[in-house]
Amino acid sequence: MQANLTLRGWLLAEVPESKTQARCQRLFISWLEFKGNPVAVVGLLIIASLVAIAVLAPWITASDALEPDLAGRLQPPGSEHWFGTDELGRDIRDRIIWGSRITLYIVGLVSVIVVPIGLMIGIVAGYMGGWIDTVLMRLTDIFLAFPRLILAMALVAALGPGLENAVLAIALTTWSPFARIARAEALTLRNSDFILAARMQGVSTAGILTRHVAPLCMSSVIVRLTLDMAGIILTAAGLGFLGLGAQPPTPEWGAMISLGRQYLIDQWWVPTMPGIAILVVSLGFNLLGDGLRDVFDPKSGG
Amino acid sequence: MGLALPSKLVKVSGVIASLILTFIGLTAITFTIGRVMPADPVLAIVGDRASQEVYDQVFLQLGLDQPIYVQYLKYLGQLLQGDLGTSIMTAQPVAEDILRFFPATLELATVATLLGIFVGIPMGVLAAVNQGRWPDHVVRIIGLIGYSAPIFWLGMIALLIFYANLGWVAGPGRLDVYYDSIVDPVTGILILDAALAGEWDIFHNAIAHLILPASILGTFALAYIARMTRSFMLDQLSQEYILTARVKGVPEWQVIWGHAFRNVLVQLITIIGLTYASLLEGSVLTETIFSWPGIGLYITNSLFNNDMNAVLGGTIVVGVCFVGINMLSDLLYKLVDPRVR
Amino acid sequence: MKTIRLLLLSLAAATLALGGAQAATPKNMFVQAKDIADIITMDPAEVFELTTGEIIANIYDRIMMFEPEDLQNLVGGVAESYEVSKDGKTITFKIRPGLKFHSGNPVRAADVAWSLQRVVKLNKTPAFIITQFGWTPDNVDSLVKATDSSHVQITITEDFSPGLVLNAMSAGVASVVDMKLVMSHEKEGDLGYDWLKSNSAGSGAFSLKTWKANEIVTLEANQDYRHGKPGVDRVILRHVAEPSSQRLLLEKGDIDMARNLTPDQIKGIMGNSDIAIDGHPKGTIVYMAANAGHPALGKEKVVQALRWLVDYNSMANSFLAGQFVVHQAFWPAGLWASLETIPYKQDIPKARALLAEAGYADGFELTIHTLTNSPFPEIAQAVQANLAKGGIKANIVTLEGKTLWPKYRAREHDIILARWSPDYVDPHSNADAFAHNPDNRLEAKLTGVLAWRNAWADDASNKLAVMARNELDLGKRKQQYLDLQAMLQKKGPFVIMFQQNEQVARRKNLRGFVSGSNFDLVFYRNVTKQ
Repeated sequence: MQANLTLRGWLLAEVPESKTQARCQRLFISWLEFKGNPVAVVGLLIIASLVAIAVLAPWITASDALEPDLAGRLQPPGSEHWFGTDELGRDIRDRIIWGSRITLYIVGLVSVIVVPIGLMIGIVAGYMGGWIDTVLMRLTDIFLAFPRLILAMALVAALGPGLENAVLAIALTTWSPFARIARAEALTLRNSDFILAARMQGVSTAGILTRHVAPLCMSSVIVRLTLDMAGIILTAAGLGFLGLGAQPPTPEWGAMISLGRQYLIDQWWVPTMPGIAILVVSLGFNLLGDGLRDVFDPKSGG
Repeated sequence: MGLALPSKLVKVSGVIASLILTFIGLTAITFTIGRVMPADPVLAIVGDRASQEVYDQVFLQLGLDQPIYVQYLKYLGQLLQGDLGTSIMTAQPVAEDILRFFPATLELATVATLLGIFVGIPMGVLAAVNQGRWPDHVVRIIGLIGYSAPIFWLGMIALLIFYANLGWVAGPGRLDVYYDSIVDPVTGILILDAALAGEWDIFHNAIAHLILPASILGTFALAYIARMTRSFMLDQLSQEYILTARVKGVPEWQVIWGHAFRNVLVQLITIIGLTYASLLEGSVLTETIFSWPGIGLYITNSLFNNDMNAVLGGTIVVGVCFVGINMLSDLLYKLVDPRVR
Repeated sequence: MKTIRLLLLSLAAATLALGGAQAATPKNMFVQAKDIADIITMDPAEVFELTTGEIIANIYDRIMMFEPEDLQNLVGGVAESYEVSKDGKTITFKIRPGLKFHSGNPVRAADVAWSLQRVVKLNKTPAFIITQFGWTPDNVDSLVKATDSSHVQITITEDFSPGLVLNAMSAGVASVVDMKLVMSHEKEGDLGYDWLKSNSAGSGAFSLKTWKANEIVTLEANQDYRHGKPGVDRVILRHVAEPSSQRLLLEKGDIDMARNLTPDQIKGIMGNSDIAIDGHPKGTIVYMAANAGHPALGKEKVVQALRWLVDYNSMANSFLAGQFVVHQAFWPAGLWASLETIPYKQDIPKARALLAEAGYADGFELTIHTLTNSPFPEIAQAVQANLAKGGIKANIVTLEGKTLWPKYRAREHDIILARWSPDYVDPHSNADAFAHNPDNRLEAKLTGVLAWRNAWADDASNKLAVMARNELDLGKRKQQYLDLQAMLQKKGPFVIMFQQNEQVARRKNLRGFVSGSNFDLVFYRNVTKQ
């Protein structure tokens, strides 16, 4: 208790004594703000459970959920199979649990690809200005004007169906708004005093971009990313629904709905359980994103 | 003044140049994707059992032996003459196909957007006015759910409940079949055509078919619009002039709708424009579930068959809509809000 | 969620007030829901898709035909009778007098000859069905000709059994087309090809009224049809791709028949007293093919092991129940000369032993390519689990047809899981694809031949296939095809698994829908509604 109090005191000290303390203080205050927003905390809890479920999958499932059991197909939810079994007799609960890893894989990989691309194009365009800006923004507009799911489909069709290619296609269709956001931030930053100071000190353009501009754009990019997560999951599910995403027997949620949709009338649980899973997780990301925005970026509304 | 005119001209020609560039980029990318796709357009015509001789004959007919840039330039040349080519899948000129499929999407997207406007905006205002109280939470949660639910799943459930079990709406498709081809397609938008022809039975039937898919698409529009309205309103309601108005004793409804909302309207136009544009892309998933012959389904089917003329034509139309609506909302923006000028 | 529902409820209530949905289709109209996305042309010289195969069978009378009243016996269609020359090389057809096309033009011998000539000259995909007789654009005018106003004589230059030729005269390419009408729409010497793509010019029970791609096909009854006027005035095929949507429409009475329900949906609908289910055995077979160019799959014992690994029965009894039965020969059961023995069932020790003998005791890895639509992904997953029992690790890739077939035709697969249906009702149609590969070189590009696609050729099977094709004696011919099927059950790249039993769900007030073994033996003209 004592330690806690001191830590708290340190975190809330009016005059920070070091850079680290200042940084920790900022984070802590944000956290306090975030904590005061129950909706956002629910979002965080949902995402945390998703991660926990994905990590614990081997211990909380009874099977690998890939092997068909034709004798036990389409069993309704009950004590043995909480969420019932699917068209090939596999336990739907186990499939959803294993599928959480795929969902995380999708959102993780998309973020890893999208953030650097969007950030780079955006800050270069915004910071450099001139014809570089024009060219890069024209490119961004082209991708913005493309029907998103259709572009993704075309790319997957060209690359061949599969989870990796679906992720790549989604990434290629998602980066453009990030570039726009980063550009807007970079525009406001480019003439600020500390950038000028850095330039005076002889820091290279690349150095300024990576060490000074990029970190300051991060918070708005992360907020937007969290809000886009739901869209990414739904697009991946849409691709899965059209047979272009993960290949059978991979328990990707969208593909599970797709193959299970013909059972909706008589065996409602087959497509409904993964549907609810998608709903809950994208809800979680949306709630979390809303909360993050309130904390980091209260002006932008929403 | 003398200087303003040329600079305006420069601006306009700049916009046009960038538009042209956008479309060249759009078609070039689509074209390239089409050529690296493993789906074989020749097989889409000759079927999988064709002999090599028949295959080669069609391969040459389609000009697939030429380098891709030659094919692309050829396509651009045709395009400049207003020729979108012929679709493999429908055996019809792509322009005719689009005139048939696009109005179906237009109809759906328009009704969905109207739903978003007339339900979403009041919901957003209600939430903002009651910030932190239960109406706010309810609206936020609805907004988020509408935003988070997989639309194809929602569509199937809705069909099951409202069509199959309750029988309140008509089923998949745009019309009951026996009404098909009775009304002349003047606009292609069935409810308009039926109303123009005075065929009220068909009009009712078309609405009964339209209402469910439009509502499903509408939930997305509604969620987004309600959410944005709420935050814009909150922003305005905390402004000083609102406080002043209240102190002056202006009735509350007038404060909300007369003062705050008027200023929100400007921003909302952009949001509504974006929503409408994204709905006009056609929703492959909704169209699949509801057997709705729209542009999204058309492009998707064509894509799977590597029917590139159709894909390109569809993409161009969707791109034009997107760019056009964005420009329109910019224009409206300037009209409504003189400060932007 | 509550408010959304409330909202939807009020909207729905509004529509209800406006008039809402109306049930039951008109009595003179037969409305079926079907996935008709495969339609690309209505020209009988080019039609090769399942849906249009069926549609043109109802629009065009063919030279020889199966009639819905008797699906077993081939009879004259437009031909009243025929005569085969002693050497079996020339057949003379006598044309029925007094027949009329939908346009009112009389059906003449010249129309019949021209229809066949047109197919050969246009040389579209299905043309091989008759060009295999030795007909080319150059010689067809002399080999197929009208000898007088009521007789057409055809002469073949290759050694084909006349029975086979007569069967081919019942295929879609033998549809009799209204020459006068079609030629009035000719453009730049295209023999009316452009026009006939989306129009009709036949003498059958129906004519084509409208075709809107991916939406609807409307056929109108021919009131003067030679067998009397059809039972309904109009037949509508409505494009509904989702089986679940088809089922909902049927149960609500918005359609009379659903054509693409899955086995589990059929089970679910059986309790509905307004709906009847009919089963029609079809000629479509589901098979796996192993590329002989693959190092492991090229070994006969490995393919044999595959045959012993697959658990045919548990699939046929579960997710395929009612719509597919186990069948293991290349010619479908229930037809002349079909081999109906079932030599294989799952036997893992036997399969493991065979794999060990072939040098793959520890198994190997391969990819199964298949189609995206049900039941192929399900079968692939069941097979995947079956193969794992033999130590074979299979990955699955599902593709749309237009992406899958190029891979198959270029021999780029390991294992393909696909379907096949005969082009016309003669075992030669399938033997030619499965058992006859005269040139296995890659450059030969016999891409239409399944054996070639799997890089497999065998002298004995080639010889037997040709012998059976040419045999004049029916009894001998039958035995040769039985032998050939038995041969391919033991060697070759194919693991033939199932045969389709089409299940059609209809409203009980509709009767008379006839669906025969082949994809184009579907007849609407006897359909009536009470």
